[in-house]
Amino acid sequence: MNAIPLDYFLLVAAALFAIGVAGVLVRRNALIILMSIELMLNAVNLTFITFAARWQALDGQLFVFFIMAVAAAEVAVGLAVIISVFRLRGTVHVDEINLLKG
Amino acid sequence: MIPILFFLFAGLAIAAALLMVTHKNPVYCAIFLIITFFALAGLYFLLGAQFLSVVQVIVYAGAIMVLFVFVIMLLNLSEEARLPAGRSYQTGFGIAFAAILAVQLLVMVAAGTRLIGSLTGEAPASGTVEKLGATLFSTYLYPFEVASVLLLTGIVGAIILGSKKLPKEQ
Repeated sequence: MNAIPLDYFLLVAAALFAIGVAGVLVRRNALIILMSIELMLNAVNLTFITFAARWQALDGQLFVFFIMAVAAAEVAVGLAVIISVFRLRGTVHVDEINLLKG
Repeated sequence: MIPILFFLFAGLAIAAALLMVTHKNPVYCAIFLIITFFALAGLYFLLGAQFLSVVQVIVYAGAIMVLFVFVIMLLNLSEEARLPAGRSYQTGFGIAFAAILAVQLLVMVAAGTRLIGSLTGEAPASGTVEKLGATLFSTYLYPFEVASVLLLTGIVGAIILGSKKLPKEQ
């Protein structure tokens, strides 16, 4: 009984991804939406690493490496955008950031 | 030993993720997300990705979440925490669509169960620094350079967007 089916990892990744989607759709705070996006990226990373273990190949792990680099850049720019929006509008509530709505 | 660790880390990750999505205070959300990242680092370790497990703790739980906590403190969101949680139909539709997606994903994974093997006690493909580095600097050299340019662009963009100057009213 010393074996875990690899699809348990995939089930965990699927659950985390769905939780992240729920966070993006339900929460109205821009910071928490960004955090939920991070959660979804991590769920995808877990899938990549699971399949890297399945095929005994390192390519999946390298993709996770690149996803982490992209996520770091994304968070830096995203948080800068949130800060400048907060300076302009005084809120990070996404329902009130409706300048383009006319 | 491995099954116990797996269920520990998996349960911790999902519980902390649920708390992150539902908690009102952004600071607690950030802390629950950090717990999720630590649990995921444990899962990566079980899958034989030692280097990525450490990078997960350093880059995600360290650098990225410090940035988040920093911005939460900077924006002083104390009264933001008490904002209305969106219109009720938005919440209902959001939960409904997320539930549909969850069922789809879980059914899809469960349908392919027998195609995937098990993680046994022996070490799977070990993602040590040596092996990852050898592949990264030979096969994936070009994406590596592109990633460095992307990070440079991210730094410049963050500085320009975050700088004090506001656009002048014309």
